[in-house]
Amino acid sequence: MANSISERIVDDMVNAGIDFVTTVPCKQLAGVIDLVEKNKKIYHIPSNKEDEGMGLCAGAYMGGKKPCIIMQNTALGVTVNTLAALIQYYQIPLPMLISYRGEVGEPVACQVEMALHTKPILQQMNIPTFHFHKKDDVEELSDILAYTQMCKKPTAILTDAAFWRVS
Amino acid sequence: MIRNEVLQSIVPVIKDELVICNIGSPSQELFQLDDQPSTFYMLGTMGLSSSIGLGLALAQPQKVIAIDGDGSVLTNLGTLPTIANNVTDNFILVIIDNGSYGSTGDQPTYAGMKTSLTAVAKACGCENVVECRAEETADELKKALAANQMTVIVCKCESGNVKVPVISMNPIVIRERFMAEVANRNA
Ligand SMILES: [Mg+2]
Repeated sequence: MANSISERIVDDMVNAGIDFVTTVPCKQLAGVIDLVEKNKKIYHIPSNKEDEGMGLCAGAYMGGKKPCIIMQNTALGVTVNTLAALIQYYQIPLPMLISYRGEVGEPVACQVEMALHTKPILQQMNIPTFHFHKKDDVEELSDILAYTQMCKKPTAILTDAAFWRVS
Repeated sequence: MIRNEVLQSIVPVIKDELVICNIGSPSQELFQLDDQPSTFYMLGTMGLSSSIGLGLALAQPQKVIAIDGDGSVLTNLGTLPTIANNVTDNFILVIIDNGSYGSTGDQPTYAGMKTSLTAVAKACGCENVVECRAEETADELKKALAANQMTVIVCKCESGNVKVPVISMNPIVIRERFMAEVANRNA
């Protein structure tokens, strides 16, 4: 399940000091979630809903951890309030590694509906957004993680089907 | 006893502990009763007190008390399985269960009807769940602190609010003051 891209992502996270990761499952990110679970340097805590996960991350950050949330773009629909009134309002750095469902290559029509809202929501909320479409885009991850800590904001890393396609 | 009286009764027990306090009336009332740098006041995001508290407890070894409400737990019911399955013995969740949404005008919650949050917490797998009368809350909290065991306390009290102003402290000041306190205690 884990491929070299998943390994690269988790290595970059660990090297950036990420040590507390909450996840809500996703097929595209299954390999990353698997490696996060296995990595001894990361406390992995699955959450039942993404706003709950952001609460866990906020608490962990205040306890000295560097958190990250792994989720699907559909979850942006349920986390707008938490992003605004907790993560942004209290200035908590939170990289969101997001499976960008509903882009070209998507087999499930319904996923397209939230895909259409994904970037507008992020833009409306002034969330720095990075779209990983080609394999090489992963090269920027380390810098994005450092940037997130620097500016103390939530940031969105959208990884689409083309990025995950096994070539 | 209403929530404000419960908070008054537990202030001596919690004043030296790290506290995450629920949005709305609980935070406003605790802020007025006894503001401490070791308290993190939630200004938004109803339901996340227990999640923030659990995250903090997992991240560092000091004891953490999350003060929550019945309405807030109901809105984030998924928190209870997460708590049950990520046991950390420095975490205590106090649910002040007045059977109503206090901050919005005392509309009834299902916790005041057929739903028992004590039973829900147990069914979710939480191991030390104590339900008590309002008057017993301070003693149960002392016991839980002494026991060094992750504990969920459901305090059954009456519905009602006192008039207190909103918290005017800047959110970043609240967080930085709290984080300095956390860091200090772990130094
Ligand atoms: Mg209530």
